[in-house]
Amino acid sequence: MGIFDSRSVKLAGALVAGLWWSTAHAQSDITIALQLEPPHLDPTSAAAQAIDSVLYTNVFEGLTRFMGDGSIVPGLAESWEISDDGKTYTFKLREGVSFHDGAPMSAEDVKFSLDRARAEDSANAQKALFDGIAEVTVLDPLTVQVTLANPNGSLLFNLAWGDAVIVSEASIADIKTNPVGTGAYKFAEWVQGDRIELTRNDAYWGDAPALESATFKFISDPTAAFAAVMAEDVDVFDNFPAPENLPQFEADPRFQVLVGSNEGETILSTNNKQPPFDDIRVRQAIAHAIDRQAIIDGAMFGYGTPIGSHFAPHHPAYVDLTGNSAFDPEKSKALLAEAGMADGFETTLHLPPPSYARRGGEIVAAQLAEVGITAEIINVEWAQWLESVFKGKNFGLTIVSHTEPMDIGIYARPDYYFQYDNPEFQTLMETLNTTTDPAERDALLKQAQQIIAEDYVNGFLFQWAKLSVAKAGVQGLWADAPTAAIDLTSISWSE
Amino acid sequence: MSRGMWIGSVLTALMLGLALVSLVWTPYPYAQLDIPNKLLPPSLAHPMGTDHFGRDILSMIMVGIRTSMGVAIVAVAIGLAFGIPLGLLASQRKGGWVDEMIMRTNDVIFAFPLLAMAILITAVFGPSATNAIIAFGLFNIPVFARVTRGGALSLWEREFIFAARVAGKSRLRISAEHILPNILGILIVQGTIQFALGIQVEAALSFVGLGVQPPTPSLGRMLADAQTLVTIAPHIAIFPGLAIIGIVVGLNLMGDGLRDWLDPRIRVVRT
Repeated sequence: MGIFDSRSVKLAGALVAGLWWSTAHAQSDITIALQLEPPHLDPTSAAAQAIDSVLYTNVFEGLTRFMGDGSIVPGLAESWEISDDGKTYTFKLREGVSFHDGAPMSAEDVKFSLDRARAEDSANAQKALFDGIAEVTVLDPLTVQVTLANPNGSLLFNLAWGDAVIVSEASIADIKTNPVGTGAYKFAEWVQGDRIELTRNDAYWGDAPALESATFKFISDPTAAFAAVMAEDVDVFDNFPAPENLPQFEADPRFQVLVGSNEGETILSTNNKQPPFDDIRVRQAIAHAIDRQAIIDGAMFGYGTPIGSHFAPHHPAYVDLTGNSAFDPEKSKALLAEAGMADGFETTLHLPPPSYARRGGEIVAAQLAEVGITAEIINVEWAQWLESVFKGKNFGLTIVSHTEPMDIGIYARPDYYFQYDNPEFQTLMETLNTTTDPAERDALLKQAQQIIAEDYVNGFLFQWAKLSVAKAGVQGLWADAPTAAIDLTSISWSE
Repeated sequence: MSRGMWIGSVLTALMLGLALVSLVWTPYPYAQLDIPNKLLPPSLAHPMGTDHFGRDILSMIMVGIRTSMGVAIVAVAIGLAFGIPLGLLASQRKGGWVDEMIMRTNDVIFAFPLLAMAILITAVFGPSATNAIIAFGLFNIPVFARVTRGGALSLWEREFIFAARVAGKSRLRISAEHILPNILGILIVQGTIQFALGIQVEAALSFVGLGVQPPTPSLGRMLADAQTLVTIAPHIAIFPGLAIIGIVVGLNLMGDGLRDWLDPRIRVVRT
């Protein structure tokens, strides 16, 4: 009897065939790594970006949606009509859309979702998006009418947010652990602390996506992130946390590096109500003490665009106001002296975990020290940051990236954590909300950028670059991030 | 003196020297950023290169050693200051309620792993050098109390102590005049070892961000900062790592050597 009996030959043949099969057919699953894990899975009741990264457009959809280039296109609403006075929007819903539990999606669900989000006791993190809505009426199962108190030029944009997705009333009780949406992917499993798995929804109303399943893995440590990508344990790392490692990936033919813009205005947030920051001269002194390029080079290894106001440079209405707060330590010292603080002062600098904040914070502290301001660095975890800085407003300075799209409106909220209270700006924002003409809106937005830049509300540092690493064969990833999302429907593997 | 002790003493002296020199002079101001010159490899201008902010690594290490040693020394001092009196008190009446109370409290503190307790304390009261000192100092108290008690117990049975008691000296006075001088040797050895442990604890706490806060350099934090950069600029991890190894190995060798040297029984065997 020979060593190769017929059984083992067959087995070997099967193995070879199996190998051939797996290489000849494009991969149909993908593993995407994120740094932060969602706290729960309801995009309509938390500010955490990670929820949207996993679920937005994949599991949950809204009436309108963002595309990778930032444009707003129809989502669950097929089309809409706007009345002449700009106060009534009539949405025509798509036919044949059903939730993952099999129930059809109808106008009732839209009404439920919008009413839930704008309700008095709503836990929605972006309630302001729905502010102008007076009433949501169901005209027929596929038509829904949204009536506004005042015309709102940004309604279609607002409805595209992850916070405005359509949810089903039947599944709302356990949405935080078992999200049921209308998207191209169904929620399959969440192993807390490790991964979330999604599988393709075969009953999807739109074109069937290329990938059958997707796994989102959570890797918070930058070193582990580097190792996971290098070892090819993950196919994509969205928002790669260590910019210093990118040149290595770029040089490696196995990987591609995507550098795009995102909506993250990274700012040195200043407590405008806390002395001495209530003095505009002090805030201006801080602005002139900061060398943005040094921060971008030192903390982000060159990835980032300096900003002079709270506005994304890739937006058409952007004005470059960096000159308004150019690096000028002498002027800074003069301003401090004028404000009666020639010897500087002491304050705190709260730094959340991401490297832009921790590293950027060390640089900012050193630059402030040059003009005599002693900023005591306090490193905090996100939970602490939300509790003591964001909610408790108990801070002097902090560094954080505001990643919501078009969020200049937060400066019109005097109770927002940096507590900027300027009636002129608030009126301007109200005017903006009721303006629908694009050119007029752009003019107003430019004016808004100007006001907060000249009031030196916060130290405006840089627009965060979205840095992602992927295996060379992955196609269709969003390079830019108009909102936090990883749109699986556009992703495929090259043959 | 043994060869180990020589090596240990030289290493310790070198590190202590660097720390002391940093009080009056460092090649560059340790907090001075020079971002265009970041991650430079070792050169004449920067013997250990520069870090990711262009700071001079040699300057940072000199100050970092000082910080680490400072934390460790104060923590050991806390342990000595509280541990020795408690240990002496416990040994005076072996098995008495004072002894039981002190030693059982010690057992409770020992039941918690050192690092877990240090992380707990710094996490609750906020990360800072002071809290790192308190955390490790607290842990040092039972260590020294136990060593003191152990050493003292055997002495209480010795004739010269009986003589002192017959002469009418109080227990407190005997403890101070006869017991303490005779256990000084083991306390010095234990102190050296705790000192080395303190350096490691400080480095570990700083590594996870709970120790000394920036901009004060710390060896542990330098290592943590170097993590993602080690593949492109290995020197920024190697030098702080070597510094930690240098201090810890130096102190341990010196501690071992001191024990041999101070313990008369072993010395007799050797000579």
